[in-house]
Amino acid sequence: MPKLDKRAGDVLIWLLLLSAPFWLPVAGSYVELGTRVVVFALAATALNFLLGYTGVLSFGHAAYFGLGAYGTALTIKLLVASTPVGMLVGVVVGTIAAAIIGLMIIRLRGVYFAMCTIAFGQVFYFIAFQWFSLTNGDDGVSAWHREPLNLGFTTIDILNSSNAFYYFVLAVFAACVAAMAFLLRSPFGRTLQAIRENERRARFLGIPVDAHIWMSWVISCFFVSVAGTLFALMNNFVDPRAMRWDQSGTFVIMTVLGGMRSFWGPLIGSAIYLVLQDYISSHTENWMSFIGLFFVLIVLFFPRGVLGLIGRKVAS
Amino acid sequence: MTQLVLFNVFNGLIIGAFYALMALGLSLILNLSGVINFAHGGFLAIGGYLAYSLVPYLGYWGALLVSPFLVAFIGILVERVLIRQLYGRDPLYSLLLTFGLAFMIEDGTRFIWGAQSLPFQIPGWLSRPLSADYFFLTGYRLFMMLLVTAVVAGLFVILNYTRLGIRIRAGTLDLETVSVLGVNVRVLRNLNFGLGIYLAGLAGVLAVGMLGLQPNIGDNLIMPSFIAIIVGGLGSLPGTLAGGILIGVVSGVTTVFLPAASEAVIYVMMAAVLIVRPRGLLGEEGRF
Repeated sequence: MPKLDKRAGDVLIWLLLLSAPFWLPVAGSYVELGTRVVVFALAATALNFLLGYTGVLSFGHAAYFGLGAYGTALTIKLLVASTPVGMLVGVVVGTIAAAIIGLMIIRLRGVYFAMCTIAFGQVFYFIAFQWFSLTNGDDGVSAWHREPLNLGFTTIDILNSSNAFYYFVLAVFAACVAAMAFLLRSPFGRTLQAIRENERRARFLGIPVDAHIWMSWVISCFFVSVAGTLFALMNNFVDPRAMRWDQSGTFVIMTVLGGMRSFWGPLIGSAIYLVLQDYISSHTENWMSFIGLFFVLIVLFFPRGVLGLIGRKVAS
Repeated sequence: MTQLVLFNVFNGLIIGAFYALMALGLSLILNLSGVINFAHGGFLAIGGYLAYSLVPYLGYWGALLVSPFLVAFIGILVERVLIRQLYGRDPLYSLLLTFGLAFMIEDGTRFIWGAQSLPFQIPGWLSRPLSADYFFLTGYRLFMMLLVTAVVAGLFVILNYTRLGIRIRAGTLDLETVSVLGVNVRVLRNLNFGLGIYLAGLAGVLAVGMLGLQPNIGDNLIMPSFIAIIVGGLGSLPGTLAGGILIGVVSGVTTVFLPAASEAVIYVMMAAVLIVRPRGLLGEEGRF
């Protein structure tokens, strides 16, 4: 009954997410950690759209995550004190940058593609780092905060209530994830998976492969910049580290850890990674070594990720 | 003005030589094993720190000689234990693994030698300027240029005239055939990895003489090295060399006219190359 299993899994995941503010404090944690998990899960799910479903390896997604974050922060700080406007600007900036850079790199494949995404990802890091008058360099954009949502008939105070902000983030996450699931089930999404499985065959069938990879890249970066805007709102702060290469690596490891061929893998990877990081960094100063070791161990012993492992158990 | 331009061209040459040294090592490993070694900057840092610890016992020259070999030995061990297991798998995994290694190395050097930056003493007679007019031309900079030139020349001699080098080049083109001809590919990849890491270690010892020691010293050198490979053309070592020196000089010259853009200009170059000639300056058609 694989169909039923999948439904049951979906329902379970949504129930856990919706009830998180109630059980997280009981489990000895805090709501903000749940918010962080959902934000990073969105980023990793967006990356998985490209990595797991199109078979294209990007190691530079932090750039568009960071552009979303900077767009939001600077808009709210300097232009309009409005959360939705800030998010809109952030997403537009991130997506346009991705669309332009995508045009330059879609012809490349494999390691070469990955290398170019890394290198181009760093451009924005350097800009954020060096354009001091706008971005305040290494110190980051501070002295602003997310604004309460004004819906006309009522105002939702996402600024002071961490539960309200969690549900706001979850709502954005749900909309984005639903959109991605819809796209993946459409003929377009099936085509992407066909390219992943056998690019040459797809090309012989008359599919414009480069155009499809470009679209998949732009869609993936669009959703990653949405995650970036939420990241900025979550911290009421953003600094260049949000767009550095190690951030990109974090997204990839979350995706791999959860299982990159499965839709919910990145969410599970994000939860495991962040809980572990939270735990390790509160116990030792050398958390970087442990995170690095974690990377190595996953690659060596756990390359299929949690869901990949469960899927194989079920199949056998 | 001419002096300023000269100064920056020379500076660019030196920085370009570093990029080239790093990029050649990365390129060797990438070409033969298909692994992007993210930890290359980490190995560079180890080279510098080991030299720092060896100087009291061996003196500067001894450290300069021994440290890169120690780093290469560590590299060979890392390849045997970890990287070897990932050959033939999706490049994603080797990227993640070397990524984790880079974290561990950076944190490890911080743990052993401390987070604050340390001075690295070079022999006094090397640090003096050679001429009063051209104050920037210190003996050390000239020495670095000469040493890098000699090492790169040595590398190309190895690649062109020794059995190991010829096998490395052959393996880059068609590893399967090389294996069928009776060459032990595992050993070949292992030694090749060591050779690449040796270059990183050497670059590390030279770099700390100029920049001092910091745990994240490799971070600033690794991205330009990637770009050097992309600009020069994947799969071509002469291309990598040319790419490294080219971006160093261009970035040096840009410093004269538009200092803020000195970092950005190398990315602009990369974009231009990718648009006009995606395989890079000297890269082969259709390799990637």
